Amino acid sequence: MPLIVAEGLERSFVVRKRAGRLRRQSAQVNAVAGLDFAIEAGEMVGYLGPNGAGKSTTIKMLTGILVPTGGRLEVAGLEPSKHRTELARRIGVVFGQRTTLWWDLPLRDSFVLLQRIYRTSPARHRANLAEYVELLDLGDLLDTPVRQLSLGQRMRGDITAALLHDPEILYLDEPTIGLDVVSKGRLREFLRTLNAERDTTLMLTTHDLQDIEALCRRVLVIDHGRLVFDGSLPDLHRAGGSARTLVVDLLDEAPPITVPGAQVRRIEGPRQWLSFPADASAAPIVAAVAASYDVADLSIQEPTIEEVIKDLYQR
Amino acid sequence: MLYVAVATRAFRRYSTYTAATVAGIFTNCVFGIIYSYAYLALWAQRPNAGGYDAVDAVTYVWLGQALLMTVALWGGGATDDITQRIRSGDIAIDLYRPVGLVQWYLAADLGRAAYHLTTRGLAPTIIGALLFDIRWPGTVQAVVGVSIAIPLAVTVSFATRFLVASTAFWLLDAAGPKLLSGVLAMFLSGMVLPLVIFPEPLRSIALALPWASYLQTPADIWLGNRTGWSLLSGLGLQALWVVVLLACCQWVLSAATRKVVVQGG
Amino acid sequence: MAEALTHVTTYRDIAAMWVRSSLAYPVSFATMTVGGLFITGLDFVGIWLMFGTIDSLGGFSLPEIALLYGATGLGIGFADLVVGNVERIGVMVRMGTLDQMMVRPVPLLLQVCADQFALRRVSRIVQTAVVFAWAGTYVDWTVPRILVAVIMVVSGGAIFFALFVMFSCIQFWTTDASEFANAFTYGGNTLTQYPLTVFPQELVKILTFVLPIAFVNWYPCLYLLGRDDPFGLPTWLQFCSPVVAALLLALTALVWRTGVRHYTSTGS
Repeated sequence: MPLIVAEGLERSFVVRKRAGRLRRQSAQVNAVAGLDFAIEAGEMVGYLGPNGAGKSTTIKMLTGILVPTGGRLEVAGLEPSKHRTELARRIGVVFGQRTTLWWDLPLRDSFVLLQRIYRTSPARHRANLAEYVELLDLGDLLDTPVRQLSLGQRMRGDITAALLHDPEILYLDEPTIGLDVVSKGRLREFLRTLNAERDTTLMLTTHDLQDIEALCRRVLVIDHGRLVFDGSLPDLHRAGGSARTLVVDLLDEAPPITVPGAQVRRIEGPRQWLSFPADASAAPIVAAVAASYDVADLSIQEPTIEEVIKDLYQR
Repeated sequence: MLYVAVATRAFRRYSTYTAATVAGIFTNCVFGIIYSYAYLALWAQRPNAGGYDAVDAVTYVWLGQALLMTVALWGGGATDDITQRIRSGDIAIDLYRPVGLVQWYLAADLGRAAYHLTTRGLAPTIIGALLFDIRWPGTVQAVVGVSIAIPLAVTVSFATRFLVASTAFWLLDAAGPKLLSGVLAMFLSGMVLPLVIFPEPLRSIALALPWASYLQTPADIWLGNRTGWSLLSGLGLQALWVVVLLACCQWVLSAATRKVVVQGG
Repeated sequence: MAEALTHVTTYRDIAAMWVRSSLAYPVSFATMTVGGLFITGLDFVGIWLMFGTIDSLGGFSLPEIALLYGATGLGIGFADLVVGNVERIGVMVRMGTLDQMMVRPVPLLLQVCADQFALRRVSRIVQTAVVFAWAGTYVDWTVPRILVAVIMVVSGGAIFFALFVMFSCIQFWTTDASEFANAFTYGGNTLTQYPLTVFPQELVKILTFVLPIAFVNWYPCLYLLGRDDPFGLPTWLQFCSPVVAALLLALTALVWRTGVRHYTSTGS
């Protein structure tokens, strides 16, 4: 029995635009136009899509903040918009760009208040808090007002806040946005552990493919309100034919590099762009290039979600 | 001219809040109606209180509502930007500009006042005139006098609010002084009750203070209670306060600039 | 019933958090509270000064008007303290705070009202209580009158609660017009500070049967002061405050639910 079920899910908005000096024209925008998917308990699902694709709208419907205009949606056996408060006990939400913590108060106070709001048993709350404070390295920050925390610190606080009441599902809306590389890595590690140890279902919306790479076995791709892909990440790369790029700066201009597993796509002077399959490792290619050519510098470019989707459509 | 541009920009900025202005006009009218009836009841008991008759009294109520936002009696206006910029530290940018800070914000405040006068000043007055018997200025000197008195009132108010806002240079949070200033302004401008009704010696003291310039003086000119020499002296006192308070503003500003430069904000 | 009790505790917990937060800045808190005493007291100073020139206003003496003033002040004072923050719902919609609140297992209205709980608002309650107590020394108290007085303050608070919430709901549709509610809440308070005899009869009828703020203090006070209805309206109106309060609360629940439904149906 899947934990989250969407059938023909739709959400349209009426947008008013000015047409002339006084008149307004109404246009219907389909933010979500017929989504079908089912997520089992304990899955880690990535929800990918370019900006404006409908990801946030979907999350809002899943959490009950927004009422669908069509189709069926069921989360943990409940219809989210009808049973919002009941569902709220069983889910946790982390908004990437806004904090759910109380801005002027020390971090510790927010956690105390959340225990009361969610009516978590004090013992359970204490145990969870101790564990997350340690895992997320919040010990020194507990007495700092939230407004004085850095983005990364706040994000760790937000995640703790979302997990203290042992939710079955954790929604993360763009959680790594604006974080530095080290923080991103630590956050991903934490989420992996969370899913492994507590079997929390994770749904992560992002347009950073590396978040998905590190965390999700399953990927849903949405574009213009429609689901264009539902499967595993390797399948996605294969379906989209997406490629990583190795940018090689040779010491001198040279004819196109030939190494196994890569193809030259572009040459400009001593710089050459080689593409290779996204699920392949760069290491053997780099080694081959370095062995046979005089290399000044190398760098690797990852495929962007836009490229992946574009490729998906072309197939 | 630069300052005209500043004023125009302020005018336009406030004119974008249409819904808020409409809601504000509605509120003004509600309070105008309430106080009109209350004053009519008082003047029914004492028909010549403070030298006003009942029509004067009701007119005074609506003038009060009209000037409430124009003069920013309760606080607010361009000086709120100052407090905000002091808190964020952006004020340092303003202080290093080769433009007079006081003049700049005064121009902005006058632009705002012009907007509020034409919307939340005019509209409630017209509605008040439709609902009650209102006295309009009867002579040329009254019209001219009022047209001078109102900008002067805004300027005196601006200077006071500027001084209050500048306390943020030293106190970081100007909320306390702002509150105190608002209370004094409401009371001593005649907004709570016309100063002419106050018992002596409070009445004479209040009339000499800057807050009387906000409402009482323009109202008395409008009603024709200040004519000839009395009118001129009323305007003169307003102008005197303008000079004195703006000088205080400049003095405080230089003290603040020194503080910012020395301490680094 | 148990459900209602947990809501009260949740409100108390959230509010207590904000009180602690504001007490972290004791000087600021003290200034604002004391300042509040002066601001809210200005209205009464005005009335008191009026009585420097007259002996009665609309047929009522200063102590009698003080009773009216105190009663309506207590009503709006309690309402403002408990739910005053609902005025800012437009801001919450704009900033997305409302969404965050909706993700928690606590009723939305409760969270909206408990957010930014401002203990300093107690200054209005203190100031009007003092005036009311002074005016009370002029009242011929009997047990029924004490009962009516208590019910009056409670009902008055409930009526203002309803006004605050209902008129703030317009911000679900346009986030720009927060001052609209003021005309009814603070306007209603100012209006009922005066004996309704200063107003024309048609207006009093409207304030009885259409927008029933006359039940906040006017009708019960007529009973407390032992006065006949100056407009010749029936005496039983003087005991209807709790009924009016209950009706308005029911209406408020409806308006609030409609507002929230609009918000969840259209997004923002």
